[in-house]
Amino acid sequence: MDNSPQLFQYVLSGLSNGAIYALIGFGFAIIYNATGIINFAQGEFVMLGGMLTLFFLVFLSFPLIPAIVLAILISTVIGIAFERLAIRPLKNATPLSMVIITIGASILIRGIAMLIWGKDTHAVPAFSGNDPLYIAGATILPQHIWIFAITLLIIAANKIFFNYSIVGKAMRACAYNSQAASLVGINVKTMVLLSFVISSAIGSMAGIIIAPLTMTSFDVGIMLGLKGFCAVIIGGMSSGLGTIMGGLLLGLLESLGAGYISASYKDAIAFIILLLILFVRPEGLFKQKETERV
Amino acid sequence: MLKKMLGLVVSMMVVGLMAGSSFAAPPIKIGALFSVSGPASFLGEPERNTAEMMVDEINKAGGIKGRKLELIVYDTQADATKAVQAANKLIKDDKVVAIIGPSTTGDTMAIIPVVEKAEIPLVSCAAGIKITDPVKKWVFKTAQNDALAVARIFDYLKKQKIAKIAILTVSDGFGSSGREQLVAQAGKFGIQIISDETYGPKDTDMTAQLTKIRSGGAQAVVCWGTNPGPAVVARNVQQLGIKLPLYMSHGVSSLKFIDLAGPAAEGIILPSGRVVVANHLPKNDPQKKALLNYVDNYKKHYKVEGDHFGGHAYDAIMLIKGAIERGGDSPAAIRDQLEKTSKFAGIGGTFSYSSQDHAGLTSDAFVLVQIKNKGWTLLK
Repeated sequence: MDNSPQLFQYVLSGLSNGAIYALIGFGFAIIYNATGIINFAQGEFVMLGGMLTLFFLVFLSFPLIPAIVLAILISTVIGIAFERLAIRPLKNATPLSMVIITIGASILIRGIAMLIWGKDTHAVPAFSGNDPLYIAGATILPQHIWIFAITLLIIAANKIFFNYSIVGKAMRACAYNSQAASLVGINVKTMVLLSFVISSAIGSMAGIIIAPLTMTSFDVGIMLGLKGFCAVIIGGMSSGLGTIMGGLLLGLLESLGAGYISASYKDAIAFIILLLILFVRPEGLFKQKETERV
Repeated sequence: MLKKMLGLVVSMMVVGLMAGSSFAAPPIKIGALFSVSGPASFLGEPERNTAEMMVDEINKAGGIKGRKLELIVYDTQADATKAVQAANKLIKDDKVVAIIGPSTTGDTMAIIPVVEKAEIPLVSCAAGIKITDPVKKWVFKTAQNDALAVARIFDYLKKQKIAKIAILTVSDGFGSSGREQLVAQAGKFGIQIISDETYGPKDTDMTAQLTKIRSGGAQAVVCWGTNPGPAVVARNVQQLGIKLPLYMSHGVSSLKFIDLAGPAAEGIILPSGRVVVANHLPKNDPQKKALLNYVDNYKKHYKVEGDHFGGHAYDAIMLIKGAIERGGDSPAAIRDQLEKTSKFAGIGGTFSYSSQDHAGLTSDAFVLVQIKNKGWTLLK
């Protein structure tokens, strides 16, 4: 029996999930590099992206593009409020208490979302239809193509922003050494705020593009957030190639594991990888290639 | 949410006032345990709503022999510890004469020792077969056994001359109980399970399992789970271009599933209580009157369609009402009369309890329905 279409299908499914993990991982990395904390509320921005899009698109009957733009804007505003109200007032707290605060914030955001939108799962319409496309014996939905395209676009935009724009360079400077950065006149606080803006926007975008495939509910952020966290750990907390590779690798291993070993171990695979990396190579799989973090 | 809570408070006050103002006998207290919040809220919420609606109805119509009913509801959150605490509270503090619920098999199994010790009749709204098998003196149930649903599907598959199937079950209580029954009964119907796959309750992509199933050579796929997983399965089946007929469990027989799965739901066949096809039933169906009455009433009160989960609570309340009418309101009398219930046409089916059978239903409690044009059609 020819197994290649089957393998190809696993690879396609894995890569599309992996792209989402990579985007969520990006959000973790950007905030980590600016502030040194791991923002466990990152998954909630993914949830907010999906739920807000659904809210504008289905309940208020907005067209797709304005619904998406509004969803990203509101998620970003929530990200800013989060930084202003919960992170900035505690600038000198230990990283541990900061991490606990982000966990608290994630529970709060999830609880509010549940009160507003209820506990049900909701279907979000696909951007451009549900007719599968056939590629070499495997199938793919138009939405997958959107996911790949938007992920690539965001990665490219990030690269350009951090490497060529003055603000992006300033953010990298803060990540490298925030004291030195403030000495040369960079407003570190603004850069921290900006990191929350960027990561909540990317997180919500990830939530928006995946929602038509997986549907959305108030609690999708937990699992997606953890998977994104795995991706960024594999990538060694970099917001560059490492996290992208980490996300794709995680998605692939999950999908191949579910296909060839057993689907029962799908989530276990992600967390075994996470533990292995933390034990054996806490600096990430791809570290040697990069000398700086952002 | 707030509105609902206000409504609850107001209705409780109204019930309280009515009870207080009527100088007749004190109300008959019935306890209810439902998983109104938490992972099984899709069961508990309609059950709670239905029970409250029915008690209101009964009281408006003059109560039972002139005595009002008082319903005391606690939320178990599908947590066995909370269920046991709440059951103790109902029995010791509230002094109820009977308990309906809990919504899940886990909660029910946890409180069985409590009600048996206190000798209070329990009418569970959960489906697990072990609740009433072996028969326990004080425990009855209204939800249909999984075994009946499985038998209904296999019977149909056999008629369609389908002998090789793939099963895809969710790895939670509902799914593993369904899987057990699917595996146990397959042989009896001459059906061979050639792929046996599972998925996690929170999984959002089942293409890997389905790709494996596709290459396995099955003639049909049977998926056992509750929302949202099966909707993802239906969408993935369409995405992968799998042309095999797809069967689901009664766990998704609500409009919510059709809404979630969208066009991918078309053509899916599943066993369901009669409630979703109440309008299509033949006139001589004994349940038709109760079903139409329930569906209309629920829609009037809560603006959404009543589903068959709420129906379990309807049946529990009506069974207890019948028992009190016949034998009075002592817990022992209620138990004895419940056991004598015969041919009560409710929502879940036509119940006949006996000292050997506290589940009370046969496989005709299920009908097979097919999803067509975003609605249900009855399969003959």
